[in-house]
Amino acid sequence: MSMSMVYLVIAVLAVVGFLLCRARALASAGGEARNLHSLPNYYGWHAVVMTVLPSLLVLIVWLIAQPIYIERQLENYFPPGALEDDSQRTLIMGDVRRVAAGIETAVSRGAMTSDEADALSPEDVRARLAAARIPLGSEVSGQVLDAAQDYRQIVIWGAFGRAALAILVSALGLLYAVSVSNKDFRARNRVEQVTLGVLIVASMIAILTTLGIVLSLVTEAGRFFTMYPFTDFLFGLKWDPKFQGNSTFGLIPLLWGTLYISLVAMIVAIPLGLFTAIYLSEYASPRVRSVVKPAIEVIAGIPTVVFGLFALVTVGPFLRDFIAQPLGLGNSGASVMTAGIVIGILNVPFISSLADDIINAVPQAMRDGSYGLGATPSETIRQVVLPAALPGIVGAVLMAGSRAIGETMIVTMGAGAAATMSLNPFEAMTTITVKIVGQLTGDTAFDSPETLVAFALGITLFVITLALNIVALLIVRKYREQYE
Amino acid sequence: MVNKVNNMLDDARLKDRTMTGTDIKITARNVQVHYGTSHAIKDLNVDILNNTVTAFIGPSGCGKSTFLRCLNRMNDTIASCRVDGEIKLDSEDIYDKKVDPVQLRAKVGMVFQKPNPFPKSIYDNVAYGPRIHGLARSKADLDDIVEKALRRGAIWDEVKDRLQSPGTGLSGGQQQRLCIARAVATEPEVLLMDEPCSALDPIATAQVEELIDELKQNYSVVIVTHSMQQAARVSQKTAFFHLGNLVEYGETGQIFTNPKDPRTESYISGRIG
Amino acid sequence: MTDLSSAPGATPAGVRKPHSLYEVDALTKRRNATEFRFRLYGIIAIAISLSVLALMLFTIFSDGISAFRQASLSFPVTLTEEKLDPAGNRNREEMAKVTTIGYSNLLKENFAAYVNSQGFEVEGLTDAMIGDMLSRDAAAQVRNQVLADPELIGTTIDVTVLANGRIDGYLKGRVNREEALRDKNVTPEQLDLTDKLVDQGILTVAFNWGFMTRPDASDQRPESAGLGVAILGSAYMMMIVLVLTLPIGVAASIYLEEFAPKNWFTDLIEVNISNLAAVPSIVFGILGLAVFINFAGLPQSSSLVGGLVLTLVCLPTIIIATRASIRAVPPSIRDAALGVGASKMQTVFHHVLPLAMPGILTGTILALATALGETAPLLLIGMVAFVGTHPSAPIQGFFEPATALPVQVYGWASRSDPAFLERSSGAVIVLLFFLLIMNAIAIILRRRFERRW
Repeated sequence: MSMSMVYLVIAVLAVVGFLLCRARALASAGGEARNLHSLPNYYGWHAVVMTVLPSLLVLIVWLIAQPIYIERQLENYFPPGALEDDSQRTLIMGDVRRVAAGIETAVSRGAMTSDEADALSPEDVRARLAAARIPLGSEVSGQVLDAAQDYRQIVIWGAFGRAALAILVSALGLLYAVSVSNKDFRARNRVEQVTLGVLIVASMIAILTTLGIVLSLVTEAGRFFTMYPFTDFLFGLKWDPKFQGNSTFGLIPLLWGTLYISLVAMIVAIPLGLFTAIYLSEYASPRVRSVVKPAIEVIAGIPTVVFGLFALVTVGPFLRDFIAQPLGLGNSGASVMTAGIVIGILNVPFISSLADDIINAVPQAMRDGSYGLGATPSETIRQVVLPAALPGIVGAVLMAGSRAIGETMIVTMGAGAAATMSLNPFEAMTTITVKIVGQLTGDTAFDSPETLVAFALGITLFVITLALNIVALLIVRKYREQYE
Repeated sequence: MVNKVNNMLDDARLKDRTMTGTDIKITARNVQVHYGTSHAIKDLNVDILNNTVTAFIGPSGCGKSTFLRCLNRMNDTIASCRVDGEIKLDSEDIYDKKVDPVQLRAKVGMVFQKPNPFPKSIYDNVAYGPRIHGLARSKADLDDIVEKALRRGAIWDEVKDRLQSPGTGLSGGQQQRLCIARAVATEPEVLLMDEPCSALDPIATAQVEELIDELKQNYSVVIVTHSMQQAARVSQKTAFFHLGNLVEYGETGQIFTNPKDPRTESYISGRIG
Repeated sequence: MTDLSSAPGATPAGVRKPHSLYEVDALTKRRNATEFRFRLYGIIAIAISLSVLALMLFTIFSDGISAFRQASLSFPVTLTEEKLDPAGNRNREEMAKVTTIGYSNLLKENFAAYVNSQGFEVEGLTDAMIGDMLSRDAAAQVRNQVLADPELIGTTIDVTVLANGRIDGYLKGRVNREEALRDKNVTPEQLDLTDKLVDQGILTVAFNWGFMTRPDASDQRPESAGLGVAILGSAYMMMIVLVLTLPIGVAASIYLEEFAPKNWFTDLIEVNISNLAAVPSIVFGILGLAVFINFAGLPQSSSLVGGLVLTLVCLPTIIIATRASIRAVPPSIRDAALGVGASKMQTVFHHVLPLAMPGILTGTILALATALGETAPLLLIGMVAFVGTHPSAPIQGFFEPATALPVQVYGWASRSDPAFLERSSGAVIVLLFFLLIMNAIAIILRRRFERRW
């Protein structure tokens, strides 16, 4: 029985339950809805919840448990030492799954009967499957074939058992709902409790995401550090991955490139963003503001890959031809300057809108006090408004810095891939994010240090940006309290 | 004893004023103020005297605060506000194109309804005005100015040991006296006060009122107040505003004891307000 | 008292010389000059940002707009039986054994013959050169046409096929004769012929529908590269993101705004959400790779994984926006509902949620727009790979490899042939067009349903 059939049966049971329980509850109240504890529909919804929710839970648990059970079961087919190595294990299990899936497809296409499939021998399985146009990579060993056959059986029986159990649980839920549906049953309270549970689960997804990020980063980075020494990674001055292995992964050049580019970006973004915010909040007439503010925010709405293209096609060549080459500073279009300037522009609306909010939060009474003493607007801004808004602005700048550090597309397209450490901003350098993309989109095996290093880089990036953001949030929160 | 001296001084100055009439500080003629389409002040004429406390009273929304803010062009910061007519300070039109509002506000200081010390030290709060107007030639000069202003604000004794602590850490009444000190530090000629005591408790109010009484020796003080008792206590002249009109203007005693206009009488006796 | 009365005028410090208001003194002039400069800095800052934005849009539009026009050649082809159906029985399976190479040769011969029959005289032009003016994609196109209708064999049909990318580039001004001398893919003679063909109407430039519908193409065939797979992939992912984020985001926001008790746990959730909103998107890509692909075994490059990753990317922003709109519903509404005896849950679902809905939808659309432009996490889950076939219809299509609009921009930008730069910029135009529509919808929603309490 296929999954969709199971869902269909459960859905039908739910509808039946809804109508049945609603009717039963009404009948127990003598057809008079006023005598019920809850509105009639709540009895119906209670039945739906009872029919669907437990059986869905059963399905989920089964789906998680079955692969684990299968893996345990298949271990019996292989000699004790064969599965010790992790990568070996993935390889063998992959083989088993492929063979099993191949046989299953062959049966479903009608290339062989189920009995024929059960009787396949290791010698002819590859040829038989090839005849059904299902290519297998390598010859199939007896162990793998036996495991695959068993795997098929477990999957087939698993699907059956799963369907039966789910429907059984669903039916039991329905019976329970029917049995309690009478006029004194507090259906609404029960339904609301379940709803609240669903709401709580939804709000926990954020925590699950963080947990997922941290766990996946930590476990994979942990694997990397069993292959590559931690201190060599953290303090290494050379980044030189090689296809054949024996690579050097020093973080420092990447960190240098990341921070250098972010510094350039901040040098561009802070004055532009702050002056934009000041002009818009203190000088611009409402009309000008209503035009300019959205126009600036358009910058924030444009995908970063577009800025990357701009860096690659326009800014890079421009800086190279008109500044770097005439000054003898190099002849690379991709450079710290290219990426830094473009990221800076990208961050202008971010800083300006945060700063705008913060400046506007400074009470008008402050400004009045200053104007009343005969201060000009600029004096008021510099000596009263900005000092009052300073903590908030520092927070905004830190957030913008964290965005610059985590920016990926602009540096991938505009900064280059060479892990050099140099002071010349017109030289191509690379960043943590560029290397994460580089190492994870290559063709190397997933278990090699060349790939796993990306997770170590990821954790570095995560820690840096998280630290910046937490500090920024604390500062901003403290600042907000000051005026609330 | 002090009271008696004060009374005598008052009497003397009143006599003086009525005799010469030369110490008129501000004259307003046919002043109209519009906020967008609403007509906030209608055809207002008034003479404000030197060394006098003038009180503006009237129900909420009568235009008294609006008119006060016209006197140092604080209304300039509101885009929709338009002022017509003539307001002269020492016979110079303050709405003349040649006049820089920045210079005007140095001459006409202002104290606001809510104490609004800057988020700076007490010293820097007071030194702010003198610094931007370039009134001090040296650090010692500035120290002098700050001390003098704080003494005039009658708060020197309370803060002299903690000039570097933030002004926002003071109590409400202290903050308001700090703001007054801040306003007088630029040596204004006129001091505008927009309900300066409305956010203060009675004791702080009494202290500020006492201070206002002292300030009139050096400045022309214009105070907007909601409280008729306060107007009666601190002012020599009183102007009653109603619905954007200046209804009656005269000696405080006369306004409160013998109002000429029936609307003034209603307000004083509590029938409108 | 005595101290005060003696103060005025006693100390010279701080006493301003009386002067007329009509004269602006030197200090005030200096201060006003500073004021003017300060104001100017603001205007300059805005001007710089906006002109960079304008420059960016201008260069991308001028590079990319030509991607929407494409040169194609129309000429008659005789579909000879011995070449295309050697067995002669019109059996599709047997005909499929003739590869595109066979079709390619046939097309080249036919085209060369047609051109020669028109009597163009170009010195040094060989038949091979004429044949090379066709796109490598032409053979596949005609082959599909023939396999779809085997009865065409033996007849002469008029075909319209794409011209080679260099010829297309010449007509768009990207390729000129000097470059053609150095370029081994095109010769000046071909360009001379191009001019003549255009005059004759054999070579025409028309709107490029294929750019919107075709899948990506290999390095050798920029002229046939299109956004079909990318648009489908992006659309699939947006569907997944919408279906997942809206209920989850609304549910989470309702709980946090209306039901959550104030304790360390809800605090943890709140801090978590605001931090997740600031985590670089590439980290979500790593998560997707580790959890969805390596752990859960979902298919790489599929819209499903892309959609799941993008859901996680934009869930925090949606929750923040949704909470803001729920908070904007005044407490008086809740009090009123509770006052007539509604339960807390009924109050929220009957009153608060409907009132907050416009704000929630606006926030969701804006978050979707961000998700549509998100690139980095998709690179990590393998969506940058070359995908030559369209994914099938949902739900099956969610599991099949696809790519996404912004990823396609990146993919084309990193190829060496300048013809792909035009495609890349063209893809940006398409991407910006979709973003514009989404933002316009959000603005209209906000304008129409905005409520001031």
